Amino acid sequence: MGREVSESCVDSLLTEMVSTYSNRFYANKPDLAAHSIEAIGYQVGLQLSERYTMDRSRFGDHLEAIKFICKDFWSELFKKQIDNLKTNHRGTFVLQDTRFRWLSRMSIEPSENGDVPHNNPEAVTENKSTQVTRMHLNFPCGIIRGALSNLGIPCAVSADITNLPACSFVVRIKV
Amino acid sequence: MAPVAPRSGDAIFASVDRVNAELFTLTYGAIVRQLLTDLEEVEEVNKQLDQMGYNIGIRLVDEFLAKSNVSSCVDFKETAEVIAKVGFKMFLGVTASVTNWDADGTCCSIVLEDNPLVDFVELPDNCQGLYYCNILSGVIRGALEMVSMKTEITWARDMLRGDDAFELQVKLIKQVPEEYPYKDDE
Repeated sequence: MGREVSESCVDSLLTEMVSTYSNRFYANKPDLAAHSIEAIGYQVGLQLSERYTMDRSRFGDHLEAIKFICKDFWSELFKKQIDNLKTNHRGTFVLQDTRFRWLSRMSIEPSENGDVPHNNPEAVTENKSTQVTRMHLNFPCGIIRGALSNLGIPCAVSADITNLPACSFVVRIKV
Repeated sequence: MAPVAPRSGDAIFASVDRVNAELFTLTYGAIVRQLLTDLEEVEEVNKQLDQMGYNIGIRLVDEFLAKSNVSSCVDFKETAEVIAKVGFKMFLGVTASVTNWDADGTCCSIVLEDNPLVDFVELPDNCQGLYYCNILSGVIRGALEMVSMKTEITWARDMLRGDDAFELQVKLIKQVPEEYPYKDDE
């Protein structure tokens, strides 16, 4: 077993990092804040992917690499795998984590039993807490993009949180 | 309710949710790297790391008090020991030691020989003025301020600068509610 730290170290660091960028440095420029937070995630993903693939042979195709992210990579980070993987077979993959750990620590408000907070997800207003959640998600999006980029797969990654507490990461591979 | 005995750092660390330290270490490294890109000045990065640490410290102290069951420390000496033995252990999984007390008991060193923040880290030549672990001093300063102790914390030794350990010099400036002078001759 490698070295461990308390989970609150990671939680505190991420919360503070997001707050530093979105409230202090770029309070009125959310795009710039999002960019820096994503860049931090990208760097982490790049390095983690490098470490986790050290003893592996090359992946044969995009699907194999994506499956590695869903299984091994996710398990190392979150002690669980991605729950659902979908693809349109044209370079878009949707990775769904039905209970994304970094969201369960945030004060978003899905009702107690985990139901979707509103009957009509389309009607969810972009309230403050949703904005904060979106800002946080730039970090894991960056991690995924960094990890795939290290495997030679340039892509764009976004997050979809219309079904809280589930979170879907949409990976669009650039051709 | 009967008083609950304080718990050891090891016992708390064994009971909390823990994660792979790599994620923590690499994330911290990536943050420092991004701050250097965005802020350009090393001095400014030191300042921001300290500020981030301070903000973390003022929140983390609640978790520390809730999980450790420590009662009020009788003096600054005991406080420093608790930070080193319980605080560092329960969050970072490492133990620090406390040395170099001055005669008044208001200034000491917290020495860290093992520090998960710096695994895999080497400072490039253009970052020589960087206090890479400055977030730690901020955390301690913030946490102590929440228990009414105003401190000044400086780095005396830094392994990334070639020293044999990390040494934080912690100086108690004032203890807020009482505000009595600490010097014997005053």
